[in-house]
Amino acid sequence: MKRQDIQCDSQGQLRHFLTIEGHKRETLTQILDTAENFVTVGNQPVKKVPLLRGKTIVNLFFESSTRTRTTFELAAKRLSADVLNVNISTSSTSKGESLLDMLHNLEAMHCDMFVVRHEQSGAAHFIAQHVVPHISIINAGDGRHAHPTQAMLDVFTIRKHKPDFTALRVAIVGDLMHSRVARSQIHALNTLGVPEIRAIGPCTLIPPYLEQMGVHVYHDVREGLKDVDVVIMLRLQRERMDGALLPSELEYFQTYGLTQEKLALAKPDAIVMHPGPINRGVEIESSVADGPQSVILEQVSNGIAVRMAVMSVVLGRKPSGEEGEA
Amino acid sequence: MRIHIKGGRLIDPANQIDGRHDLYLADGQVAAIDTAPDGFSADQVIDATDRIVIPGLVDLNARLREPGQEHKSTIASETRAAAAGGITTLCVQPDTDPIIDTPAVAELIHHRARQAGYARVVTLGALTVQLQGEHLSEMEELMREGGCIAVSNALQPLNNTLVYRRALEYAANFNLTVFIYANDPWLSNTGCAHEGAISTRLGLPGIPESAETVAVARDLMLIEQTGVRAHFMHLSCTQSIQKIARARHDNLPVSTDVAAHQLYLTEMDIGDFNSACHVIPPLRTRRDLDGLRAGLGKGTINAISSAHQPHDPDAKLAPFCETEPGISALETLLPLTLRLAEENVMSLSDAIARITHEPATILGIDGGRLGVGDRADVCIFDPDERWTVDYNTLASAGKNTPFLGWEMQGRVNQTLLAGESVYQVNL
Repeated sequence: MKRQDIQCDSQGQLRHFLTIEGHKRETLTQILDTAENFVTVGNQPVKKVPLLRGKTIVNLFFESSTRTRTTFELAAKRLSADVLNVNISTSSTSKGESLLDMLHNLEAMHCDMFVVRHEQSGAAHFIAQHVVPHISIINAGDGRHAHPTQAMLDVFTIRKHKPDFTALRVAIVGDLMHSRVARSQIHALNTLGVPEIRAIGPCTLIPPYLEQMGVHVYHDVREGLKDVDVVIMLRLQRERMDGALLPSELEYFQTYGLTQEKLALAKPDAIVMHPGPINRGVEIESSVADGPQSVILEQVSNGIAVRMAVMSVVLGRKPSGEEGEA
Repeated sequence: MRIHIKGGRLIDPANQIDGRHDLYLADGQVAAIDTAPDGFSADQVIDATDRIVIPGLVDLNARLREPGQEHKSTIASETRAAAAGGITTLCVQPDTDPIIDTPAVAELIHHRARQAGYARVVTLGALTVQLQGEHLSEMEELMREGGCIAVSNALQPLNNTLVYRRALEYAANFNLTVFIYANDPWLSNTGCAHEGAISTRLGLPGIPESAETVAVARDLMLIEQTGVRAHFMHLSCTQSIQKIARARHDNLPVSTDVAAHQLYLTEMDIGDFNSACHVIPPLRTRRDLDGLRAGLGKGTINAISSAHQPHDPDAKLAPFCETEPGISALETLLPLTLRLAEENVMSLSDAIARITHEPATILGIDGGRLGVGDRADVCIFDPDERWTVDYNTLASAGKNTPFLGWEMQGRVNQTLLAGESVYQVNL
């Protein structure tokens, strides 16, 4: 209940986009439908719509990212908003200025939206709880918790190929333990009515009680991939080799890596997805990543449209009484 | 000062007293019960009608932040808060700054507490030098010169089991109780919440149950081998309690306490990253909460502590894992304990024993009882008064409690320390 409160204003309009959890199916569908309208903007000679003219959006990245930040920046610019990129290495915040102090400084510059990425789970919620009311927060990834716009672009891509969510079997393969993307995907797929979500990975990379989020857990990748419509591969971060989670990249590839042979277990028309960046030969074979069933690059281009949709829905809401004319 | 506490319901679990009895205090001690001693003329009569009179509370585990973190709180501020909560004896951990591994630091703390005058403060000496788990501290001197009543490595791990074994043997040699925080640092790793459904959903690094149970199992074996008397601090898992129960059955000299918040809160209370619920050991599951309550009922858990950790507001203003763990808890210890009786976990008298007589026994000190000749540390409270935990009315300098806004029943009216009033509610 509280979760919905913080993400919505008193009239139930989307105010922050922190997590998929707690949103109604209609809200997600509204974002997806809005994104459809933005897909063509990138193909026009003038790649801009004037929806957010005069709005200022700050990309507040406490964790380095090129791709996500770039797509957010492009999305904002195509909506005619002014964009400010602030990259803050977390070491500098821990040394001196607190997160809150920095936040209040930026508030004083009269911005309308912060797009936040932070290495700590809950950072976006924390900022949303403490920011002045007229600023909206979009979570661009917080720790292991959530990456809701990534999940939205993933379901958007799925819908393009498989329009009926209620007839799908989706497999998410790899390091679900450390993946904010996977958590958000699970919430999005469940909210949109996908009847069967499978989480596939070794015990060391599947967090406890994951079933309670509404997935079936498989440790045998071949069993898990059987007859699925969508295969989502997760990125395996190299540092996972240090923490005694896995013996080696090679063994991981041999057991859980997606190869032509394993993909053949899925439905013949199954699509292959990956949030990127890809580790070829670790979680996915190049021939699969570049193969006919892969929609990985499509995900990237859809990312701009979906982020435009989220921004415009959040900033385009009618001002409610409690927040004045901002 | 001679005081006559009149007409109250006296509950003194150590002496199996529960009934209407007058109490006569003189020279800092209980002079008589029911009938005034010959020639007693009271300087003050306290009307305790409709009130409950119990021994002043003994809290096994509180951090006062002085010396070292006076921006959070001071000995004066927290002993005053203790008095407001009916607590007359506080036991502090050695992880101050500087660490209590020399008598001078212990003396400083005792001195400051006496100066403040609100509560008696007793100290645990460091088990190892700088709590680093490498060299044994001078325990005998800490005890003899510094007045430390037991030893502990606080929250710091002893990774080297050989050093651990030697430290326990050495403590046993001087008949010192060792206070243990059962935690395997490798298993708890960078965790900040119970490893379970909630940590999975929120993406918070988890602290598995095994971080505690593995340590309890190891520690019990070493306790058995060394014969040391040991106390397990603020246990959080049902499984730990079961292991302790077995060890007690085998007559191992072990005692335990639980932090009061563990009896009311679970991982669910973290909600959307509520940093007030960031505490070590973490809030566990409903099953653990029930197990801890059952352990209290059966007496496997001897005492309830506050595990008081006051913080400045900034300490809790960050993303969950980056906040400092701990709850400001002195003023909620009594009402949360009383509520256990209300919820039929145990009798009122047993509940009160867990915060008076039992912890005093664990510490091996006087206090926690009100027989003739005992210290006149007394807490008088109104069992019916309801009050709401409020940021502005908490006496502690730390306002970091997840119980803000909770309605409590039972409020301290007056606290006496060695026969002197140290707290009295404004009437």
